[in-house]
Amino acid sequence: MINAIIDIAPQLARGLSITISVLLASAIFAYLMAFIAGLCRLSQNTIIRKFTGLYVEVFRGTSLIVQLFWLYYAVPMLFGIQLGSNWWIGVIAIGLNYGAYLSEVVRGSILSVAQGQTEAATALNMSSFQRMRLIIFPQAVRMMLPEFGNYTIQILKGTSLVSLIGMTDILYYGDIMRSSNLSQAPLVYLLVLVFYFILALPLIWLTRKGESISRKGVAS
Amino acid sequence: MNFTYWSWDTFFDALPFVLQGLGITVGLTITCYLFALIFGFVWTFLRRVPNKLFNWVVTWTMEFIRSTPPLVQLFFIYYAWPMIPGVGFTLNPFASAVLGLGIHFSTYVGEIYRSGIESVDKGQWEASRALNFTTVDKWKKIILPQAIPPTIPMLGNYFIIMFKEVPLASIIGVAGIMLMANTYGAQNWAYLEPLTIVGIIFLALSYPSAVLIKKLEVKMNTRFDKNAVVKSNQKGAVM
Repeated sequence: MINAIIDIAPQLARGLSITISVLLASAIFAYLMAFIAGLCRLSQNTIIRKFTGLYVEVFRGTSLIVQLFWLYYAVPMLFGIQLGSNWWIGVIAIGLNYGAYLSEVVRGSILSVAQGQTEAATALNMSSFQRMRLIIFPQAVRMMLPEFGNYTIQILKGTSLVSLIGMTDILYYGDIMRSSNLSQAPLVYLLVLVFYFILALPLIWLTRKGESISRKGVAS
Repeated sequence: MNFTYWSWDTFFDALPFVLQGLGITVGLTITCYLFALIFGFVWTFLRRVPNKLFNWVVTWTMEFIRSTPPLVQLFFIYYAWPMIPGVGFTLNPFASAVLGLGIHFSTYVGEIYRSGIESVDKGQWEASRALNFTTVDKWKKIILPQAIPPTIPMLGNYFIIMFKEVPLASIIGVAGIMLMANTYGAQNWAYLEPLTIVGIIFLALSYPSAVLIKKLEVKMNTRFDKNAVVKSNQKGAVM
């Protein structure tokens, strides 16, 4: 048992770099999309609002695996273009998917900043940009922290799908270990789960931290 | 790279083929969901056991299940099942998916139940004790009827989330719409149309359900008027 673990763990560790790089890149991409789409949905311009709404509903309404396969198989066929390497396809799919979910968090948090704050800022003769940057946004960001933490854990879980488009992540090496020795399969996958859990631990900790920050000094 | 552009012929050729899997996809969603609803209670009650060590173990087990990928959990259950001593038969893909996704989502459902139970007013617990209710009667007649209905919209959201996770089961061979689309794609080297069909089916089913649940949420909020409870509590605090 111990020997088997010592055998398997280093093999799985070879996939760590891909899993972590996909996690970081797609998380950053998702945050970016979240703020862009979240703010666009609050825009005064109807066309921008409707268009972003369409993006959010389409990506929230279909599942990540469908979007990933669609980008991987269908986009090259439809447009005759390659989206770059598989790494990029994975990052784009995960980023767009969770960006759509997170944009709702951004939108909701901005909307939940008390109306009086906007009015006070207007009374202090601030421009709408100043109002957003100095008054609304700093208060809204705090409220977003716990949900951003939760969704980052979801993104980590989502990265396991990139093994399906041939990326050599932890799960990919797990699959290889399994096919070489089927009787070890349960142990291999248990170790894969442990690997993911270890990666998730700092995120869980950050989420809890975010929860306590978002609660601090808020009257409710 | 040979690329074909959009073809309606392929679209209508693939449509009936992909739709064959719809029954399985919807059936699997419902079965997994029922499993999660029932198993969620197990977590909720395990967490209420008044033992610190046991509580810690249960909490972290839930955290472990929740923060690791369901895809890997599916693989684990699919391959680990026959290895359990005394079992000796392979679990079919459908049953593995029910177990895997069901357990994964039961941890979320358990948390929702917990939040519902915790939101039941303290006076209700005291009243049921004062009226000398047995434990079973207390839960059956006082606590759960108040705890569960307000959580229905949240539980509904998880139904939609689960529906969107079900195509993962295609990887271990459940013949839902996702597997059908991939099969069609591999046979005809035309992935664009079948995968688009899958996307459309998901949108067509999940978007209206999301709208429906939003309506339900509004209805529940007025019915259980949470603000009224908060207001009366505040009043009590002031006095």
